[in-house]
Amino acid sequence: MSAQGATPPATPNRIERFAVSPRRRRSDKLARSLVLAGTVIALIPLVLVIYYLLHEGLKAWSPHFFTTDPTGNTFFKNSDIGGIRSAMLGTIEMVALASAIAVPVGIGVAVWLVEYGKQHWFAQLVRFFVDVLTGVPSIVFGLFIYIVLIIGTGSTFAGYKGSLALALLMLPVVTRSAEVVLLLVPGALRESALALGAARWKVIFRIVLPTALSGMITGVLLAIARAAGETAPLLFTAGATNKTSSNLGEFMNSLPVQIYNDVISPTQSVVNRAWGAALTLVVLILILNLVARLVSRRSRLA
Amino acid sequence: MEAASIPSGDRSKLERSPLARFPDRALRYGLTLLAALILALIVYFFVRLVGEARPAFAKEGVLGFTFTNDWDVSAEHFGALPLVVGTLITSALALLMGVPVAVATALYITELCPRRIKAPITILIELLAAVPSVVYGLWGIFFLAPKLQPAEQWVADKLSFIPFIGGGVVTIPNYFVAGLILAIMILPIVSAISREVMATVPPDHKEAALGLGATRWEMIRTAVLPYCRTGIVGGSMLGLGRAIGETIAVTLVIGDAPQLSGHLFSQGYTLAAVIANEFGEATGLHRSALFAAALVLFVLTLLVNALARLVVMRANRSRTQPRQGGPKAGVADVAETAAMGA
Repeated sequence: MSAQGATPPATPNRIERFAVSPRRRRSDKLARSLVLAGTVIALIPLVLVIYYLLHEGLKAWSPHFFTTDPTGNTFFKNSDIGGIRSAMLGTIEMVALASAIAVPVGIGVAVWLVEYGKQHWFAQLVRFFVDVLTGVPSIVFGLFIYIVLIIGTGSTFAGYKGSLALALLMLPVVTRSAEVVLLLVPGALRESALALGAARWKVIFRIVLPTALSGMITGVLLAIARAAGETAPLLFTAGATNKTSSNLGEFMNSLPVQIYNDVISPTQSVVNRAWGAALTLVVLILILNLVARLVSRRSRLA
Repeated sequence: MEAASIPSGDRSKLERSPLARFPDRALRYGLTLLAALILALIVYFFVRLVGEARPAFAKEGVLGFTFTNDWDVSAEHFGALPLVVGTLITSALALLMGVPVAVATALYITELCPRRIKAPITILIELLAAVPSVVYGLWGIFFLAPKLQPAEQWVADKLSFIPFIGGGVVTIPNYFVAGLILAIMILPIVSAISREVMATVPPDHKEAALGLGATRWEMIRTAVLPYCRTGIVGGSMLGLGRAIGETIAVTLVIGDAPQLSGHLFSQGYTLAAVIANEFGEATGLHRSALFAAALVLFVLTLLVNALARLVVMRANRSRTQPRQGGPKAGVADVAETAAMGA
């Protein structure tokens, strides 16, 4: 309009006035390279950790390493220190039991929050407490179980106590991730089922849960991956031992605890075993993460 | 209208029999009970923890326990100040080093990077969260700490005029290394939350800035960062909560010396590390003191986390409500659970 009429034809001179001044261009470049540098810096530790894990860990790997228990002979230089069989099996057993506890309870609470509790004050309170659980340091979970099941009963360490500590740790992760996925289930699905005369529990079990299944599996796998790597809750609940055991009522070895104990050892071969065990643990967790990612990609809910 | 056509006597035929209604009730009350049980469990744990910590608090007093600089197990003196200070120093270092880098990664991923490498970089950053704490500790004590020591010594010598940093002998395990490891560990959480908050910046704001002739960086500075400030603060505080409670990695690289050390590159201790190290052999008053340390740690993380959640929640609410309304889970929640699990 009038402004348009007032604008003279753009001469090269005019265009220059609109161009970004060198100073601004420089600061833009500088800031962008700083941001890029920050990203590169963030990736350096990852590269270094993975490099050292492979470099040191692969040296320890051998069939013998995976199929023998630690022997405890660490004093003499050339004695056989054994491998990590008991630690691997212990981790798998304890994490399996922990998941068997935390997954149904966690998903149950999530279903309650989404289907029944909703925005009620009590549901908000439960949500807050689940969040509180997320923030509790993992070693404190170990002490909780220690107080209740070891001081409380006057007994000693056992695999199932370690599992319970891990389950406490997994519970908030499972609940929060399941709640997020359940909220994504379209309300119309529930309403159509209810309108067809299905009972509420049928709607939950036949419609809501199957729809949200793959999303929940992702959350569960991530929770399992986290629990598998935890040392602190197991230190004073499951203890540490050398022998392989399938009895969850006894002391039980686990990969993180064995790594922790091996790291403090002055014997080089034991430290090497720690690197091998660490590589095993990271590979295990990466596989869980990978599967979780694949499952979430196939999810029916975006 | 339809209902009117059904004779009122027949309506009862549509009702479920009491037997058919039973599973519904069972599920509803069962789940409510489960949720209530979790509340009860947490409260029970807390009460028991207080009970176990009482002897130590009775001897030293709550404030005396927390703020006395004297942790001497053989003399049965339990003043946890060196532990509290160590926890605060290492966590502060973690924030100082971790948050800028994490925000940079988030900015790069959401605003600057080519579309093709967006997903790979995100996955790589999240991989940092997949490495277990004990593996960071192993790497820290055998690689990071020894390799860093000469550099730290150089800095300590050059900057000897700055009280907290300079002077003194640099030990291999020290506060700085612990802070650095923690920074690496909180990076993925802070990055994930920042990323999610940045994704909520309305494109209009960014396009308006660019349309007015702003450069990319000016657009970030004027449109993105102000919009995300609260979210980033909240995410950083969740990271802080994580750093305060982190146990095993810190235990391995902090040197386990229960005294207040004069400078950044000397050995120290944290609340979580002292529990991991000493609880195995502790009895009597010592054990009670460690429970007290756990209680202080618990309360500390509780406060930080509650505050962080409040900030994140508020940031989310003000962002999502005008556009989506409904009780949808905040984006940061999704990101955070993902980061937690990974």
